[in-house]
Amino acid sequence: MNSVILRAGTRYLTGLLLIFSVYMLLRGHNEPGGGFIGGLIGSTGFVLFAVACGTADARRALRVDPQSIAMVGLGLALLSGLFAAFFGDDLFTGQWLFLGATETEKGLPISTVLAFDIGVYLVVFGSVLTLVFAMEEEI
Amino acid sequence: MSTSADPTGVPRGNGLSGLLCTGLSALLFVWFLTLAPQIADGASLRYVIEWVPSLGISLSFLLDGLSLTFALLISGIGALVFLYSNTYLAGHPQFDRFMLFLFSFMLSMLGLVLADNLIALFVFWELTTITSYLLIGFGHETAKGRRSALQALFVTGAGALALLAGFILLGMTMGTFELSEILARGDELKAHAYYIPILLLILAGTFTKSAQFPFHFWLPNAMAAPTPVSAFLHSATMVKAGVYLMARLHPGMSGTDMWMWTLTIFGAVTAVAASIFALRQTDLKQALAYTTLMALGTLMLFLGQQSSYAITAFATFLIVHSLYKAALFLVVGCIDHATGTREADVLGGLGRVMPFTAIAAALAALSMAGFPPFLGFIGKELKYAGALGVASEPLFVVGAVLLANALMFAVAGVVAFRPFWRKAGGALPKTPHEAPWPMLAGPVILAVLGTVFGIYPDLLERSLVAPTVASLLGEIEDAKELKLWAGVNMPLLLSIVTVVSGAIIYAVHRQARTMLERMDAATPSFDAGWDRFLDGFKALAAWQTGVIQSGVLRKYMFVTFVTVLVGMGGTMMARGLGLTVPDFSDATGQSVALVLMILGGALLATLTSSRIAAMAALGVVGIAVAMVFIVFSAPDVAITQLLVETLVVVLVAVALLRLPTLDSGGRHWRPWDALLALGVGTVVTLTLLAVLATPLDRRLTDYFEITSWPEAFGRNIVNVILVDFRALDTFGEIAVVVIAALSAYALLRTTTTKGQGK
Amino acid sequence: MEALLAIAIGVLVAASVYLMLARNVLRFIFGLVLISNAANLTIFVAGRLTTGAPPLIAEGAEAPAGLVANALPQALVLTAIVIGFGLFAFALVLMFRAYTTLGTLYSDEMRVAEPRPEDER
Repeated sequence: MNSVILRAGTRYLTGLLLIFSVYMLLRGHNEPGGGFIGGLIGSTGFVLFAVACGTADARRALRVDPQSIAMVGLGLALLSGLFAAFFGDDLFTGQWLFLGATETEKGLPISTVLAFDIGVYLVVFGSVLTLVFAMEEEI
Repeated sequence: MSTSADPTGVPRGNGLSGLLCTGLSALLFVWFLTLAPQIADGASLRYVIEWVPSLGISLSFLLDGLSLTFALLISGIGALVFLYSNTYLAGHPQFDRFMLFLFSFMLSMLGLVLADNLIALFVFWELTTITSYLLIGFGHETAKGRRSALQALFVTGAGALALLAGFILLGMTMGTFELSEILARGDELKAHAYYIPILLLILAGTFTKSAQFPFHFWLPNAMAAPTPVSAFLHSATMVKAGVYLMARLHPGMSGTDMWMWTLTIFGAVTAVAASIFALRQTDLKQALAYTTLMALGTLMLFLGQQSSYAITAFATFLIVHSLYKAALFLVVGCIDHATGTREADVLGGLGRVMPFTAIAAALAALSMAGFPPFLGFIGKELKYAGALGVASEPLFVVGAVLLANALMFAVAGVVAFRPFWRKAGGALPKTPHEAPWPMLAGPVILAVLGTVFGIYPDLLERSLVAPTVASLLGEIEDAKELKLWAGVNMPLLLSIVTVVSGAIIYAVHRQARTMLERMDAATPSFDAGWDRFLDGFKALAAWQTGVIQSGVLRKYMFVTFVTVLVGMGGTMMARGLGLTVPDFSDATGQSVALVLMILGGALLATLTSSRIAAMAALGVVGIAVAMVFIVFSAPDVAITQLLVETLVVVLVAVALLRLPTLDSGGRHWRPWDALLALGVGTVVTLTLLAVLATPLDRRLTDYFEITSWPEAFGRNIVNVILVDFRALDTFGEIAVVVIAALSAYALLRTTTTKGQGK
Repeated sequence: MEALLAIAIGVLVAASVYLMLARNVLRFIFGLVLISNAANLTIFVAGRLTTGAPPLIAEGAEAPAGLVANALPQALVLTAIVIGFGLFAFALVLMFRAYTTLGTLYSDEMRVAEPRPEDER
C-alpha cells in the first residue's frame, strides 16, 4: 500500500482516533464508552497507521513497546484495586476524591475507578498492537 | 558412647542425631510413665487445639489406658531402637537422614495413638505410611528395596483412602469427628443404615495396615528395611496401627455379627497361614516377619470378641508380643551384624561367642514359646481362656489359636535356639563377636522385662492391662487377673498340648520345610499376583489413554459436543422441561431482517469452500449481532462488537491470505457431524426458550441501577459494573487478554523452519 | 422477539459445531468465531431484550427513569467480546504457526507430539 494520499491522510486520522479514544475513555463512566472501547479505538488508529506506513514507522511513532504498554496497564489496574486496602476497604473498592468540591458543585472527581479504566484502556491498546504488529512483521 | 567392641573399623561420624533422638524418646517415655498412675486410677486426659473449627476438625488428643499402653510401647521401644541404630548403622553416610525418618515416624505414631479426632487420626495415619515408605526404601540403591517400599506404600495407601472415606462417612453420620463423642453413642451408630459401609471401609484400611490376609504380602517384603526399622515399625508399632484403630473403635462398633465374624475369620486365617509360612523361611528375619503376621491375626481375632477374657488376652498379648518380638528382631540384627548372614541353615554355635545375645534371645524366645514363668505363658493362658469363652464356634477359635501357638513354639526354636546352641551348618561370612553394649541394651532390657512381668504380673496388670481393658469395655473391674498359676484347668491342658506338638513340629521342621516349599510352589503367590496386578493396571492405563487421548482434534470435539448434547438434553428430559410454544408475535420487520442476516451468514460460512466468502459471511454475522445490540439498547456492547469486527478483518487480511485455499477435500458431506450439530443447536434453542419461560431474577440488576449513581458516581451502569462493582472480574479478564497477546507474540517470534507451506 | 433470536442462536450453534468438527483447522477457527457470537447473544437474550432504553442514568436523576435495558448481561458480554477477540487472534496465530512448521492445515496430520504407532516405526 504505497499511496501518498493514504499515508498523508492516515497520520491525521490516527491522531484524531487517538484523541477520540481518550475522549471515549474519559466520558465512559457517564455515557457509552470506557476503557475497552477507548482502547479498541486507539489501537485501530495505530493499526491503520501500521497498514499504511509499515510497522517500523508505527513502532517509531509509538516510541514504547506495545507489550510494555499492556503490562503497565495491567499493573495500573492492579494497583488501583490494591489501593483500597490502604483505607481498610475490600480490594477493588472504588476510592474517590472530589477536587474543589463546594456545597452545590461536586467538583472534579479523581478516583481509583478512573485509574482502573485507564489500566483497561492501556491493556487493550497494548495487547491489540502487540498482536497486530507481530503478525504484520512475522507473517 | 564408642565401644571398642566394634570390629568393623568403620569411622564414626554419627554426630549428635542418634543420641539426641534416643534422649528425646527416653524423655517422652518417662513423661508418659509419670502419667501412668493417673490413668491407672481410671482417669483419662484430653487436650484440644482448634484446627479447622468450621469443619469440626480439631487436634484433640486423648490419653486413656489403650493409648497410654501404645504410647509407652512406642516411646520405650523407640528409645532402645534409637540407641541400637546409633551403633548398628554407625558411619552410614545417610545416618542423619535415617534418624530423621525414624524420629518423624515415632512422632506420627504417637500422634496416631493419641488423636481423638478422626481427621487428625487420619493425618497421623498417613504420616506413618509415608515415613514407613521412606524407611523401607532406605536402601533405595537396590531394586528390591524400592519395590518393597512402593508395594507397602500402595497397599497401605489404598487402604488409607478407603479409611478416609469411612471416617468421613462416620463423621457425617454421627455429626461429629470427635472419636470419644462418636464412641459414646455406639448403639445409635450400630443401628444406623451406614454402619456396614462404614465398617467395611474402615476394615479395608486397618486390614491393609496390619497386613491381614489377603493383604499380608507386603509385610515380609518390608523386611528390606534395616533391622532396627523392622523391629520398631514392622513388629511393635506401625503394623499395630490397624489393630489399635479396631481396639479404639471396639466400644462403639463391636458386638455385631458383622464385626465379630469378619475379625474372627480374617484374624484366624491370617494367624494360621502366617505360622505355617513362618516355618518355611530359612532367613531368620523373614521367619520373624511371618510370626508378626501371626500375632496381628491373633490380636484381630480377639478384638472380634466381647468377653472380658478375650479383651484381657488382647491387652496382654499386645504387650507380650511387642516386648519379645522387638527383642528377637534386635537379636537377629546383632547376629547379622556379627556374622554377616541370617540364614538359619548356616548359623550355629554362636552361644559361646555371643553369650549376652544368646541369653536375651533365650528369654525372649521362651516368652514367645509360652513357657512359664515368662509373660508369654500368661498371655497364652489368657488366649486360651479367651478362645474358650468365645460365644459361638469356640472350637474354631481354639483350634486356630492352638495351631498358631504350636507353630510359634517351633519358630521360636528355629530363631533363638538353633543359631546359638547347634553346630554351624556352614562357614560364616565373618568371624562372630559379641555385640557392643548399645546393641545389647535393647534386646536384654526387653527380654528381662518380659521375664519380670511374668513373675510379677501384678505390675503390668494394674498399670497397663486393666486400664486398656477399661478403655475397650468401659469398666476397670472387667479385666481378668493375670496369674502364673491358675490351677489345673482347660487352658493349662491346652498349654501342655501346645508345648508337646510344638516340640514335635520343631523336631521335624526341616523335613516339613521341604514339603512346605513344594506346597508353596504349587499355590499361587500373592506377591507375584501383586506384580501381575500392577502390570495389568499399567496396561489398562495405557489402553484407556490410547482410547481417550487419541490425539485427534475431531474426536475430542466430537466427544465434547456429544457430552453437551447428552448432558443438556438429558437434564431437560429428566426434569420434564418440555416444549414451550414460542411467541413470535412481537417480531418486527427490522428484527426479522437481522435474524435472516445471521442465518444466511452462518449457512454461507458453513457451506462455502472459498476463504473470502467464509470471512465475509462471518463479517455479516458479526455486523448483524452488533446491530442486535444496537436495536436492543446496548450501545457499549455494539460499539465494542463493531470495533472487534474491524480488527478481525485486519488480522484475517494479514494471516488468512497466506494460507492455502479451503480445498474441497475437507468439504465432503459429513452426515453424522451434521446430525450432532443439529442436535446441539436444537438443545441450545430449547434450553434458551425454557430459560425465557421462567421469570427473570432482577435483584442484581436492580441493585446496580439504584446504587450506580449515589454510591459509584457513574451514569453509565454498564461501565460502572465493569470498573467498579465487578472490577475484580474485569481485572481477571484483561489479564487474559494480555496473556493471549503475549502468547501469540511469543509463538510468532519463535524462529522455526519456515517456508514448508509456501 | 426473544424466541426468534433463540432460534437464530440455535442455528449459529449448529453451524459452528459442524465447522468445529471439520478436519481443516481453518474451518475450526470459523466455528470458533461463530460460537463466541452465539454465546454472547445467548447471555444477552437470557437477560431479556428492551428497545430504546439504554442503561444510562439521566443528568440530575438518582436512578434510571422507568424500565431500562438489563445492564448486567451487557457488562458480561462486553468483556466476553474482547476476550473472544484475544482467543481468536491466538488461535489464528497458533494455526498459522502450525501450518508453517508442519506444512498442513489438517488436524489429523498434526502428530508431532503424539505420533501414531505406525509413524514411529
